[in-house]
Order: sequence, then structure tokens, then C-alpha cells
Amino acid sequence: MNLITKPSKENIKTYLPIGIVLIFLSFLDVFINAFFSLNLSGFFPSQVSYFLPLILGYIGFYLIRIEFSGVRSLDILNKNINSNNFNAFLTLLTVFIIIKSIPPLLNWFFLEANFVGDSKDDCTGNGACWVFIKVWFNRFMYGLYPDAEQWRINSAFLILFTVVGVSFFVKEKLKKYFILFLIFIYPFLGIELISGGSFGLKYVETAAWGGLSLTFIISAFAILFCFPIGVFLALGRRSSLPAIRYISIGFIELWRGVPLITVLFMSAVMFPMFLPDGTFIDKLIRVLIAITLFEAAYMAEVVRGGLQALPKGQYEAAKSLGMGYWRMNALIILPQALKLVIPGIANTLLALVKDTPLIFVVGLMELAGMIGLAKTNPKWLGMAMEGYVFAGLVFWIICYAMSRYSQNLEKKLSTER
Amino acid sequence: MNLKKINIENKKIRDLIPQVLTVLALLSVVIYFATNAQINMGNRGISFGFGFLNQEASFDITFSMIEYDGSHSYGRAFLVGLLNTILVSAIGIFFATIFGVIVGVSRLSDNYLIAKVAEWYVEIFRNIPLILQIFFWYFAALRALPLPENAISFNDISFLTIKGWYVPKFIWINFNIFLLSVVVALIVIYFVNSYATKQREQFGKQLPTASISIVILILIPLITFLFFGVSLNFEYPVLKQLSPTVYTYDGGVSIIPELIALALALSMYTATFIAENVRAGILGVSKGQKEAAASIGLTKNQILKLVVMPQALRIIIPPTTNQYLNLTKNSSLAAAIAYPDIVLVFAGTALMQTGRAIEIISITMLTYLTLSISISIFMNWYNKKMAIKEK
Repeated sequence: MNLITKPSKENIKTYLPIGIVLIFLSFLDVFINAFFSLNLSGFFPSQVSYFLPLILGYIGFYLIRIEFSGVRSLDILNKNINSNNFNAFLTLLTVFIIIKSIPPLLNWFFLEANFVGDSKDDCTGNGACWVFIKVWFNRFMYGLYPDAEQWRINSAFLILFTVVGVSFFVKEKLKKYFILFLIFIYPFLGIELISGGSFGLKYVETAAWGGLSLTFIISAFAILFCFPIGVFLALGRRSSLPAIRYISIGFIELWRGVPLITVLFMSAVMFPMFLPDGTFIDKLIRVLIAITLFEAAYMAEVVRGGLQALPKGQYEAAKSLGMGYWRMNALIILPQALKLVIPGIANTLLALVKDTPLIFVVGLMELAGMIGLAKTNPKWLGMAMEGYVFAGLVFWIICYAMSRYSQNLEKKLSTER
Repeated sequence: MNLKKINIENKKIRDLIPQVLTVLALLSVVIYFATNAQINMGNRGISFGFGFLNQEASFDITFSMIEYDGSHSYGRAFLVGLLNTILVSAIGIFFATIFGVIVGVSRLSDNYLIAKVAEWYVEIFRNIPLILQIFFWYFAALRALPLPENAISFNDISFLTIKGWYVPKFIWINFNIFLLSVVVALIVIYFVNSYATKQREQFGKQLPTASISIVILILIPLITFLFFGVSLNFEYPVLKQLSPTVYTYDGGVSIIPELIALALALSMYTATFIAENVRAGILGVSKGQKEAAASIGLTKNQILKLVVMPQALRIIIPPTTNQYLNLTKNSSLAAAIAYPDIVLVFAGTALMQTGRAIEIISITMLTYLTLSISISIFMNWYNKKMAIKEK
């Protein structure tokens, strides 16, 4: 009689163990099936055997769904993954899919993958051929930059990271100088170091730049320039002077209305037509200008959001102190407006980093482009999966770190209004 | 008095100077570019104009929804590219919306596992560049599909192979009548709905409009099948041997892998953003609204349908339209995997052949611009209409 009543606190001693055993059995069946390809319930007809774990688990979850059981961990479990029949079903399905997908992934990534060797022939397993990444790693990072000169890229980035890293730990007063150095001196230093041509450094043409370092170079410069341009455009769009306002609106909407790829096409094939015959502007610089202007338009819209969100009183207070337009914006309005839109700014910068692979349309090859080149190498055909998984992982780490950092910054800077 | 006047004059002049300077600077840049362009084009022996659109294109396009071959004009090629862009955008928007809503709602699920899985889906797919996702699907995942002779078959009706997805072709007889019946059904539904609204507002009666609408939408087209000679046949793809080792499928419709990869990547990527919008929208409805609705005795479904959703949609729709627009613009990445969209066909092949960079890039950009601006105008109108009218 006890067995057919609804699970409740009274019969917890019978139901809980049975439920746990059933759930355990169902997970065990799926687990063994997935990891050792053994079918424990194979003696049943195939249809029953297929759905058996689901049925067992479902009954098990029903049995342990005891309200106010008095057992703390059981209550938490029920509340979070087992609040009703539908939820129990979803939980089971999710867990089964996760268990099922672990072995193939594990096999491909590690167990059957090849790590040692230096040619495609060394890849004998069914899994990934990480040898491909290992052999091409230098190219993926530095593009076609000469091997002997790669220390220059390394040191340029090393300086950057050291300065940024140190600036986190120095006093507020000194921080200003670090930032000024990064904005006004470092770009020239970095370009000089990477491009060369003087101080005894060998000149390396931009066509040879590539790989992940190019992604960083483009992102860094575009971020550096698109931010001030975006701020000016945003101010222009909110200006009381009609000519400036309409020009800003037109400029912003023009860039925001077209895809980046057409802008890059434009910089590659249309822009040279606009210059006097014979003038040659480096491809990389043209691309940088295109990306900067494109992202500046998006930045402008983000900043405008912040400007609009500020209460009118801030403007009036600044004016009543006798501040002019520029002083008011620089000292009162922008510091508050920018703080409000940090998530938006971070998203725009994130979009910028994610957009850099598009430069392949003009023939520049950063990480994704280099992988495209490597996978078409006759000696390394069929390595697309490894290459793109690697590139995806690299970009994911960068972008995820950026988004996490912006979330932290947002929390740190948020002031209660 | 005099002093004030001077001040006002001063201000006017102060305002005028930067404007005049900006306009002059802009004009001089434009004139400089234009003269250079004229000289350059003169040197190459081409003159600015759109007459080339009528010339024979003489290149083929792998995938076209309208009749096209090399003997058609560049204008026609442009139209093929535009239609392909619209096709992939429409497919992408459809699936992105479905995925996005499912994931967004899942993120708010009270089931911890589901919420976590949805969260990780968003974190993973949002933070990988779209172009890499397209490359992954096209060069890695879809290349792992079997050859036609070992195709993955769905009930022998449709086949998934490395060369594409073969699905049955619809062969309609009297398709016009069928289309007309759907239009008629939609008009009838519109009248039923406005009648139901009137009934509700005047007498407080609730009519089951949703089920009535569905019945009408099924019934009226069904009548045309029975009485007006409309019929629908399917042409199934059949395996055909071209040579001892080469097989292909004949008949049916072939969905090329480029389209599949692009639609998959676009919808999975955009879905993450739509999911965040949906989540923000539902969270944006204040708890008091739900509690108030519950306290006047609405059921859980009624609360969702009558109180939460109308308010959440107001928050969700504007950023989601923005995402639709982004998806459409992102579909231009098609050029990377040679899906014949407007960028590849027109700004790529046609430009290479004619060398008319300025005209072609301008047309391409204008097309996208028209699309974006018309959607923004529509959105502004919609926002104004939907905005809460505060008293």
C-alpha cells in the first residue's frame, strides 16, 4: 500500500533509496554505453533498451521529488533540477547528452590525437592532428614575418604588456604618465620596432605581417583612433549647429548602414581611384583607416547613448559655473557619460576584435587567414578542423577575457545615482 | 541695449564660423576626390556611368533563384545576388529567432542545468568571430559529410551529402489559386480578429481567436485543393551514376553547402544576441506586474500572455530588429566561402570584369544603406506607436 502513494515525508525512507538507485542505474547505463560502448540493457528489445535510462531516471526523479523532506541537500536538488515532471525530463536529457558527447570529444581532442611529429604522416590516430598547429605555430602567430626578426614583434608586445601590467600597480599620480606614454609614444615605438627601416633594424614590409600579432596590431590601432573620433562624432551629432549635426548624422549612418566587408572592398579597389595617379598608400594603412572609421561610427552611437542619459541639470550646472562648451564636455559631461556606457564601449571594442579576420578580403592574413593558407598547403590538406578549432579557441579566450574584464570594470565604476 | 545686440551678433558669428569651415573642408575633400577620380578614369579610358548594367555579364552563378546564365546582363546578375542575400538573411532570421527565444527563455529556467547550458551556449558562440564559425561549418563540419553514394538519407525523401542537401521539389498545379486562398484566409482572419477585439472591448466576451485563426488558415486553402483543382506533387531526388565512380542526385532541389554553412553560422551567432535581448526583456518586466496579475486571479498562462509578454516585447523588439539588420549585413561574409550573394557576384566578379570600382561599390553600399535606413525608419515609427502613452 505504501508503494502507490504520492512521495511525501512519511514514506521518504522507502522512496528515497529506490529513487536514488533508479537514477544511478540510468546514469550508469548511459555512462557505460558512452565510454565502453557496452549496452547493459541489451537483453531488452531495442526500442525499450534505447529509452530505458530515460524511463528509469524519470521514475527515479519522481520518487525523490518530496516536498519539505527535511533533508537540506535533497530540497536544494529538487528545487534546482527537479521541480516538476517537465524539469526532470529536461534534466535527464541534458545530462545524457553531456555524458554521450564527452567520449567523442575527449577522443578527438586528446586520446586519439597526435601531438608528436613534424609532418602529416605522423598523424596516425583518428583524432585531431595537433602536429599541424605545432608545425605552423610560428606562422599562425607572426604571419610571413622573417623568423630571424620575430624577436622584434615579441619585444614590442612585451613592452606593451609590461607597461600595462605595471600601470595597474603604480600610484594614481603616476598612472597618468603611463597612459600618456601608451597613447602618444608607444604607437610610434611599436611601429618602428615592428616595421624597422632605421636604427639598424631591417625593414619588413607590411605584406609580410600577419597571424595573431596582426590581429593585435590592427585592434590596438583601431581602438586608439576610433575612440576619440567616436566621441567627437557623438558630440557633433548632439551639437546645436545644424551643419555639424547633419554632417555627423550622415557620416554615422553611412558607416553603420553598410557591412564592413564592403567598406574594406572600398578601401581596396575604390579608394585608390580617389587619389592622384601614382600615389600609393600602404594596404595595411588603408585597412586601418577603413576599420577605424567604421568602428568610430558605432562608438559614436554608444557615446551618444551616454550623453542622452545624463540629466539636463548637469549641463545647466556646468554652464552656470561659467564653463564653455569644451570645458563643460571635458570636465563634467564626458566623464559621467563615458562611465555610463562602459558596457557599450566594451562591446564595440569586442566587435572590433571579432571583425579583424575580415581583412582577408584585401589579402592581409591574420590568424584565420593564415589557417586558410596553411590548410591549402598540399602537404597539409584536410586540416581545416584542427585549424579552425584552434583559431576559435584563441579568439574565444581573448574575447571572453575582454567581456569578463568589462563586466568587472562596470561593477567597479558604478556609482549609485 | 547695444551691448546685448553685439553679443547676439557675436554669438551668431561664433556659431557660423565652425559650420562654414566644416562644410568647406568637406567640400574640398569631395572635390579633390572627384577630380582625381575623373583623371584616373580618363587615364584608363572609362567614363562614369551606369550603362554597363545592360551589358552581357558572361559569367555564371552557381546558385540562382531566378533564371540566369552568362547571356544575361550585369543588372540581372545584381538582382540574382540581391535575391540570394535576401534568401540567406530570411533563413538566418527565421532560425535565429527560434534559437534565440529558446535559449533566452532557457537562461531564465528554474532548472539549474538548463540555465547553465544556455548560458554557456551564449558565452561560446558570442565570443567567436562569425567568420571563423562560417569557415568552421563550411570547411570542417560540412566537408565531413559523405559522398552522394553513401548519403545520409531521411526516409529516402531527402539526402544530405558533401555536395549539398537534396530535398524534394514542390510541383504545384494552379499555384495562383492557392496563393489567392491564403491571402483570402489572412483577410478573413483580420476581420475575425477585429470583430473579436470589438466584442472584448464592448461586452467583455473572450473569443478563442487563436484557434479560429488556425482553423481558417487550414480550411480555406484546403477547399481549393478539393474543389478548385489545386494539387501538389513532389519530385524526389534520385541517385544517378555519372561515371563508374562519380554519383550525383538528380531532380529535387539542391541546397548548396555554402548556403547551409552560412545560414547555420548566421543563425547560431545571432541567436546568442537575440537570447540576451529576450532575457533582458523578460527580466525587465517588474515583479509587481506579475504579482498584481496573479492577485486579480489570472492563471499562469494568462499572466504570461496578457501581462508579461506585451511589456517584454516592447523591450525586446527594438534591439532584436537591430540584430536582424546586423544579420543581413553579416550575410555579406558569404563572399568568404563563395556563396553568390550581392558582394561576391557584384562587388567581386562583376567588378573584376568591368573595372568600374566606383559605380559598383556605390551601388552595393547604397543597396545595404537603403535596406538599413528603411528598417530604421520603420523601427522609429514602430517605437513611437508602441511607446507607453503616459498621462
